[in-house]
Amino acid sequence: MSSAPPHEKPWGKRLAAGLVIVYALVSIIPLIWIFLTGFKSPQDSISYPPKMVFSPTMEGYVNVFTTRTRQTPEYMETLPPPETWYDELVRSRSMVIAGPSKFGQRFLNSIIIGFGSTFLSVFLGTLAAYAFSRFKIPLKDDLMFFILSTRMMPPIAVAIPIFLMYRELGLADTHLGMILLYTAVNISLAVWLLKGFIDEIPREYEEAAMIDGYSRFQSFRKVVLPQATTGIAATAIFCLIFSWNEYAFALLLTSGTAQTAPPFIPTIIGEGGLDWPAVAAGATLFLVPIVFFTIMLRKHLLRGITFGAVRK
Amino acid sequence: MAEIQVSRLKKSFGEFVAVQDSSFTIQNGEFFVMLGPSGCGKTTTLRMIAGLELPTSGEIRLDQEEVTFLPASQRDIAFVFQLFALYPHMNVRKNLAFPLKCIGTPSSEIKQRVEEAARLLRIDHLLNRSVSGLSGGDRQRVALGRAIIRRPKAFLMDEPLGALDAEFRNLMCQELKGLHDRIEATTVYVTHDQLEAMAMADRIAVMNHGVIEQLGTPSEIYNKPATMYVADFIGSPPMNLLTLPNALEPGQTEITLPGDGCGTLRCPVSTQGVQADNLVLGVRPEHLLPEQNGPLPGEISAVEYMGTTQILTIQTPYGQALSRVRSTHAFGEGQSVRLNFAAQRASLFDKSDGKALSMEVTHG
Repeated sequence: MSSAPPHEKPWGKRLAAGLVIVYALVSIIPLIWIFLTGFKSPQDSISYPPKMVFSPTMEGYVNVFTTRTRQTPEYMETLPPPETWYDELVRSRSMVIAGPSKFGQRFLNSIIIGFGSTFLSVFLGTLAAYAFSRFKIPLKDDLMFFILSTRMMPPIAVAIPIFLMYRELGLADTHLGMILLYTAVNISLAVWLLKGFIDEIPREYEEAAMIDGYSRFQSFRKVVLPQATTGIAATAIFCLIFSWNEYAFALLLTSGTAQTAPPFIPTIIGEGGLDWPAVAAGATLFLVPIVFFTIMLRKHLLRGITFGAVRK
Repeated sequence: MAEIQVSRLKKSFGEFVAVQDSSFTIQNGEFFVMLGPSGCGKTTTLRMIAGLELPTSGEIRLDQEEVTFLPASQRDIAFVFQLFALYPHMNVRKNLAFPLKCIGTPSSEIKQRVEEAARLLRIDHLLNRSVSGLSGGDRQRVALGRAIIRRPKAFLMDEPLGALDAEFRNLMCQELKGLHDRIEATTVYVTHDQLEAMAMADRIAVMNHGVIEQLGTPSEIYNKPATMYVADFIGSPPMNLLTLPNALEPGQTEITLPGDGCGTLRCPVSTQGVQADNLVLGVRPEHLLPEQNGPLPGEISAVEYMGTTQILTIQTPYGQALSRVRSTHAFGEGQSVRLNFAAQRASLFDKSDGKALSMEVTHG
């Protein structure tokens, strides 16, 4: 072996690593800005040049979760002393908390709709991909192309028909409606991705399981599924990212009960001036579940991306 | 354990006929080998017996019970795949236990039978290992273990040694044979390797283009090939096939070769006649030997040294022939020789249908 000693990496690799680091830094700057802004006071948040050192406050987070009313100093005098740290924080701005904001509920909607549609897409996608991968299906190629063709235009192009349809069917502004819509958009991706993964799993495994006495479905569940976890995890992340981030349809089709966080967060701006810390706090919280989900599945995701290349 | 009856089995994939009209019976406890080149339909036949492929027509019976269209899971047959198909997400113990779990065997019995099978195959020290770290031979043993653990009616094996190193193959070959002798299970074994087939089989079915060319014991296949295809496929080097210009009458014992310097050769006695130019003489290289006054003249064009024997390539008036002789005799390229053979060692074929002529039954 004439390879370089381990501490001396070839310059090509170094260059690649350098590029990746630069790219990562550039990508992370907006995230850092949002994260920091969430802890700034309104004055600090709009100061120019931007303050990198500031005294952090939870004001943004309090504001995103509450609605507040401004009161006269005379009225404030009459109140009993503040019970909690956030009461105190709000009163220092001569306001009182009027009640919780809708953020919590919108956030919950995002979770229900995002994870619900991801689950449904991956569930249906896995079954469909397995069938396309293993069985003789008449017009298989045409069906696969048809599924792919649903991706060939931006979904928003059909926004108006879908809006009208949903209004007629009573699906507008419902969780079910949004889950179905996101599933419909994601399913083509799910079927195509998963078919690739399942194609890679040799049929012999299921055949062995069937020989061992298991039915086709049991073999699928006990032998194919465990080996498809990588593909399923990778697919789930892609589906979740889409439905989690989706803005246009959410804005158009939801306004109340089923409104998700993306269309809600900008509305915070309108309430009593440009409350950047509150917007940033909302955005930061909004990032948490998807980061968590991605970290949880990152092993699979990495293996998923390089799947074809590393498999024996 | 079971007898497997296959009758008029046929499988076509669209236009392509993979197996046509195969009929045979595999005896209880027999080691039955299906031998042929890739694409000859041997694996398809095996998969139909297993229930992994459904036949286009025909019938399969397991111990008299018809199973032609029964799903694989209900046939109580074990199958060893070429690439083993061990479940990669389970360790060795779970792989072995998997067939037992299906039929709801109590866990204490599973444990006992897994350990029993592991001991039999000498993999008991590997039980808690992941299958991905095992060597080829150990994977093979686990695959065999998974097959025997359920005590199925029959074992089907699809080139189980194909993925192993050559040196290891011999060892596994003996192990397989030993295993078969110990548990006396009906075994159907598919391979393209004639040495494996010869070494293990009770009977061999030689297949080509979806047809069984010959079914018989290894020595029948080797000594009395039923078709020119079998003659050419079996043996290394294969049987010499020389097309003679003569016609043959039934009962004829001698053939006078018309060529320059050719003599008269004694041939096996056939009950069939052959038209001129369709007679093919088949002699194995080890039976076609140089002899002082042999009837067949030729010139040595190559000598290949093999250790105890050497193989002479000889140009005769009726085509190229190979002769395997002991290395103690010295032969050189360009040397003229005359060849002879014992009549009872030779076969005669009719070129028009490629089949061997039926022989008169000779005693002694």
